[in-house]
Amino acid sequence: MRRTGSAVGWPVRWTERLQPGWRRALAVSALVLAGSATVAGAASQNGIVRPGHEPARPSVALGRELYDANCASCHGIGGEGVGRPRPGAGDLAGAGPSLEGVGAMAADFYLRTGFMPLANIHAEPSAQRVLFTPKEVRALTELVASLGPGPGVPHPEGRAGNLAEGFRLFTEDCAGCHQSLARGGFVTGARVPPLQGVPATEIAEAVRIGPYLMPRFSARQISAAQLDSIVRYVLWTNHPNNAGGWSIGNLGPIPEGLVAWLAAVVLAVTCLAVSRRLRA
Amino acid sequence: MKLRQWLIALSALAYARRRRRREQPGPQPDGSHHRARLSRSPGDGRLVPPVPADRRAEHLVAVLLVVAALFAAGFVVVYAELEPSTLTNQLLGVCIAGSLACVAAALAVLARRLVVTEELEEDYPEPDPQAQDEVAELVREGAGGITRRRLLVGAAATAGGALGLAGLTPLLSLGPLWDTTPLQATPWHRGRRLVDTGGAPLRAADIEEETFYAAFAEGAEPDEIASLLVLVRMSPSALRLPPGRADWAPEGILAYSRICTHAGCAIELYRKPRFPALEPKPALVCPCHYSTFDPATGATVIFGPAGRPLPQLPLLIDASGYLAAAGNFSERVGPGWWGVREEPS
Repeated sequence: MRRTGSAVGWPVRWTERLQPGWRRALAVSALVLAGSATVAGAASQNGIVRPGHEPARPSVALGRELYDANCASCHGIGGEGVGRPRPGAGDLAGAGPSLEGVGAMAADFYLRTGFMPLANIHAEPSAQRVLFTPKEVRALTELVASLGPGPGVPHPEGRAGNLAEGFRLFTEDCAGCHQSLARGGFVTGARVPPLQGVPATEIAEAVRIGPYLMPRFSARQISAAQLDSIVRYVLWTNHPNNAGGWSIGNLGPIPEGLVAWLAAVVLAVTCLAVSRRLRA
Repeated sequence: MKLRQWLIALSALAYARRRRRREQPGPQPDGSHHRARLSRSPGDGRLVPPVPADRRAEHLVAVLLVVAALFAAGFVVVYAELEPSTLTNQLLGVCIAGSLACVAAALAVLARRLVVTEELEEDYPEPDPQAQDEVAELVREGAGGITRRRLLVGAAATAGGALGLAGLTPLLSLGPLWDTTPLQATPWHRGRRLVDTGGAPLRAADIEEETFYAAFAEGAEPDEIASLLVLVRMSPSALRLPPGRADWAPEGILAYSRICTHAGCAIELYRKPRFPALEPKPALVCPCHYSTFDPATGATVIFGPAGRPLPQLPLLIDASGYLAAAGNFSERVGPGWWGVREEPS
């Protein structure tokens, strides 16, 4: 082993084998990386623009201020929507549907799941860390509700539903995209999210809204009582009854087959090993 | 009887093999040589060398078997006493696995330490060129009875070819090569109403946009795959159906066969854009291989392995507002085969 007079240990010793020019380049690039990491960390990680002095209680006025700063570039100043992408705040090109008449239900759903605000209008909305505070969400919901008459926030009764009926309805209407145990999947053009950890209100809201590419199920197709059953079933999938013990993610026969094959291979190898020892 | 003769022959063979093994090595009266060696035979009348007793191994085997019995008894107790639950199932599994594992371990110890094994070598016989030549000559002369060789070869080729063809003939029964009537039949005719999964007739006013429905032929057999439909409503101005289908979608309500034309799974996915300017257009998708069909253009394939569009069922709204078929499908239902593009009867 080479011994050098360096007091620094192995992380730096290997650099002594480099040419002087390369060593300098390495040092400079390390500095640049560290510097940019610091700068990036110090920059605002919160993309929300807030008024300097927020009132203590949510109000339509607060909602209006937040809306103008965070939502108007895609949804229009009066909530009328922006049909084709046009330059908005900063470098963002905004486009979005009209919010007139969508009601408190839609605003509540999109805001508390983090689907909105959407950083990139071409991206699929998905559950994100919610950057608005609950008070701000309430204020924005009140504002959107004031834009036109629309459905209010639903209050499903999961306990009032029938689990077996919920399973039947979920299999009929939802399992094609969401998988029979609500583990999620794909549809051409979008990811379908798993429903574990989704609260009852959001489940009901999604069914009635049909966010993004999801179909919209009105009360005529799925009644309130049926929705309660579906909500009960989806909540049940958080802790399904795995009678066999290991659920393997509740994904279905392909992972289960994989596990069975692996177990079979392990058993076969064990038998071979045992017999080899005996023959020796 | 033949069976008796076979049994006698087999037992004589077995006896004779045993007798051959016991003979000493060296030239035999008929001139052949036996090479089998029993060099380890102890010579005191035993056939197998004695092995010192291994009491510990015997006790171990006994203990393992008793433990296996205990596990099995545990299975019975758990089954009888405990309520069905995840833990119970796992305990049952542990008991059976433990019992079988102990039996396996006991057998392994038995084979390793208690059963005597020995290896006996036997050399390959030395090649005898004269005998080989004799056998070759024997084969040549043995065919002396055949004088018309070409006749026999020709006849054998004919027989073999005909037999092979006969063996392949049942392949014709695999597909509907001649009788295609079972694939043509659908339960749909003009005036047959659509019902939902519960059997209730569907009203046109109940079909909404931005969602999808399952429908069946009223009164059809439950396993009739041609009766299964997927129903969507679109704005009539958005439709661009193939020519001749202008009146197939009253009020923009479209009915397609739910059976995917790729491999026969049911269409279970529907995507609809919340904001059409930026999102993909409405489509019916099959969950098996993601064949994607565009309902606005007659369920043409826009993605995936399906080879033809979904067959469309023409609809009409009767006097009471219920949905009914206005005729039969545009094409035959189900995965593709060579007669599929003809109109069903």
